[in-house]
Amino acid sequence: MAQNEQDIIGEVTSSDYKYGFVSDIETETIAKGLSEEVVRIISAKKNEPEWLLDFRLKAYRKWVSMEAPDWAHLNIPPIDFQEIIYYAAPKKKAELTSLDEVDPELIETFNKLGINLEEQKILAGVAVDAVIDSVSVKTTFTDTLSKLGIIFMSFSEAVQHHPDLVKKYLGTVVPASDNYFAALNSAVFSDGSFCYIPKGVRSPVELSTYFRINAANTGQFERTLIVADEGAYVSYLEGCTAPQRDENQLHAAIVEIIAHRNGEVKYSTVQNWYPGNKDGLGGIFNFVTKRGMCEGDYSKISWTQVETGSAITWKYPSCVLKGDYSVGEFYSVAVTNNHQQADTGSKMVHLGKNTKSTIISKGISAGKSNNSYRGLVRINPKATNSRNFSQCDSLLLGDQCGAHTFPYIETSNASSIVEHEATTSKISDEQLFYCMQRGINTEKAIGLIVNGYAKEVLNQLPMEFAVEAQKLLSISLEGSVG
Amino acid sequence: MLQIKNLHVSVQGKEIINGLNLEVKAGEIHAIMGPNGTGKSTLASVIAGNTNYEVTQGEITYNGKNLLELPIEDRAREGIFLGFQYPVEIPGVSMTNFMRTALDEIRQYRGQEPLSAGAFLKYMKEKKELVELQDKLNNRSVNEGFSGGEKKKNEIFQMAMLEPQLAILDETDSGLDIDALRIVAQGVNKLKSADNATIVITHYQRLLDYIIPDFVHVMYEGRIVKTGDKSLALELEEKGYDWIKEELKA
Ligand SMILES: Nc1ncnc2c1ncn2[C@@H]1O[C@H](COP(=O)(O)OP(=O)(O)OP(=O)(O)O)[C@@H](O)[C@H]1O
Ligand SMILES: [Mg+2]
Repeated sequence: MAQNEQDIIGEVTSSDYKYGFVSDIETETIAKGLSEEVVRIISAKKNEPEWLLDFRLKAYRKWVSMEAPDWAHLNIPPIDFQEIIYYAAPKKKAELTSLDEVDPELIETFNKLGINLEEQKILAGVAVDAVIDSVSVKTTFTDTLSKLGIIFMSFSEAVQHHPDLVKKYLGTVVPASDNYFAALNSAVFSDGSFCYIPKGVRSPVELSTYFRINAANTGQFERTLIVADEGAYVSYLEGCTAPQRDENQLHAAIVEIIAHRNGEVKYSTVQNWYPGNKDGLGGIFNFVTKRGMCEGDYSKISWTQVETGSAITWKYPSCVLKGDYSVGEFYSVAVTNNHQQADTGSKMVHLGKNTKSTIISKGISAGKSNNSYRGLVRINPKATNSRNFSQCDSLLLGDQCGAHTFPYIETSNASSIVEHEATTSKISDEQLFYCMQRGINTEKAIGLIVNGYAKEVLNQLPMEFAVEAQKLLSISLEGSVG
Repeated sequence: MLQIKNLHVSVQGKEIINGLNLEVKAGEIHAIMGPNGTGKSTLASVIAGNTNYEVTQGEITYNGKNLLELPIEDRAREGIFLGFQYPVEIPGVSMTNFMRTALDEIRQYRGQEPLSAGAFLKYMKEKKELVELQDKLNNRSVNEGFSGGEKKKNEIFQMAMLEPQLAILDETDSGLDIDALRIVAQGVNKLKSADNATIVITHYQRLLDYIIPDFVHVMYEGRIVKTGDKSLALELEEKGYDWIKEELKA
């Protein structure tokens, strides 16, 4: 079998990235390059209040003084920030009030992506916000949600309609100075989603956002802010795709989540940015800062991610467990194939008493890819009786890929317990032979085994997302492994 | 149905099967017995297509086709089933999902429509009853945490699901309690027809009380050295293998 496996691994990846189309949408862009002037233009285009411009300018000045991080286990080619376009938006005449006014090409794009903006989605119980390039195009279901006091709209709209809320929370979890890419995002972010669940309200539907980079040479810098007030609950989903292009494109997003006392936010994402071709040409550079603040006692934030795309992924969804008895969770499946690189994991910072965190990370590497888990569990002196359980598993397909685990544990009190388990495994020849002897071909067999391996994480996803994620896992490994 | 001529098989340069001949016709049951390490499982693996083993000489034809040219999964789809001596665990993959995938693949190969979810579940229930497999096993991952006997029963269940034309059962009787042995054997008998054939590899004549073989072969040092009917198994049970070894030396 070993011989056979090598042969199959040697075979060229035949699977095409199915979201690689480019839509012919009229786009308004500004000149490429980044300067204070560009920051001002973006802010002006969005008709922003003074305080937000200030926020951006401070972030820009901070960014200029910073250097790109190089501590990750990644080989990042230098990025020329002056070659990037920082604002691109589908042209529109005026405010869109109904779907009829949306550019038909755009609707076609979303249909291809499998997102139906029309009312059927509502029946399915999903409210969708769609961000193409930099601007939020259409948010469905807003009315129904607003009856419950739930605010779910594009970030730009929220700035206009709920400036106080935005101002109150923006940058409180991820300050502009947090890191290089966070500073960049804070300076030039163009849109994203805003979501606020008021006291005691459980969102009856899953809120979801689809991000799409369409225009060439543009960066996407979206910003998501989710707030669950006391006793509130929401499940939020995010999906993303990009056209297939030979040059790399930059995606530097920020997600901030705040959960107040007894509040709970469940955040799920299936990241499927274009990974580049089999030789490593093109693909998205995905540098994302995601952090949740369990502000109140008994609050809970749960991250679930399925990462299959991007040429480079640099992403560590984290939780700050400030409230006593608060809970943080991180469930991740990261797949790398061909020349993809991923350095991803989580940080759990325990500040409150009796706080609890769980990290389940499943890395799958194939081809010549590199997949690293990087995690930090920090238990502060005052966080007595806290617990963490981390499990980091790596699955290797073939012998040309790499898997690495970098767990950092800092415990400052004796009453807390931190457990870390790690395993590395390969799909065994015996498992493949067993499946094939039952009539299942190699690729389907690998799909089955990989999905079985990732089950613990996939089970965390809402139903419709789980099905999509399972397909994605199989597709991303197609043709390249055996 | 199956013809093996002058088969030679090596693994890592070591010859394990040297000059084996065997012919199996539709409707027949063959038992293969023989001391440990004489190549019985190797033979089964080679028929199923395990590429760890290198066929250095000889031929295998199956329904007129050159079996050695068929990939593993196509051999299965053509109706060859191997009940493994050591079934492997596949964590996280439910038996239901596993069987559904396998059956869909096989049906597709044969130009049949996939079964609907409802029809599939009904079919699975029928087959489960045939081998008295406990309900809960289907919701568990393939062989994961199954007891030795449960794994063996599960092999027969899969055989019932896939309805093979040629089933090779490699020591499916080992590790079964007396009741399970009877159930498994009855399962095999119920699945038996004039169109299919079974090769049972076993160390115990006990199984052959339930599954009556048309032929009993003794395998020794990579070859079939003696063939007889059911009485040969009884003789082996009584006398062991030494007398055969003596015969060979003489
Ligand atoms: N993959 C392998 N690598 C090296 N040697 C092997 C391999 N597979 C089988 N062998 C050797 O080939 C010989 C035959 O093994 P096989 O498993 O076919 O025996 P068997 O007749 O089925 O024995 P048992 O009755 O114990 O099941 C043994 O000596 C075994 O060690
Ligand atoms: Mg054996």
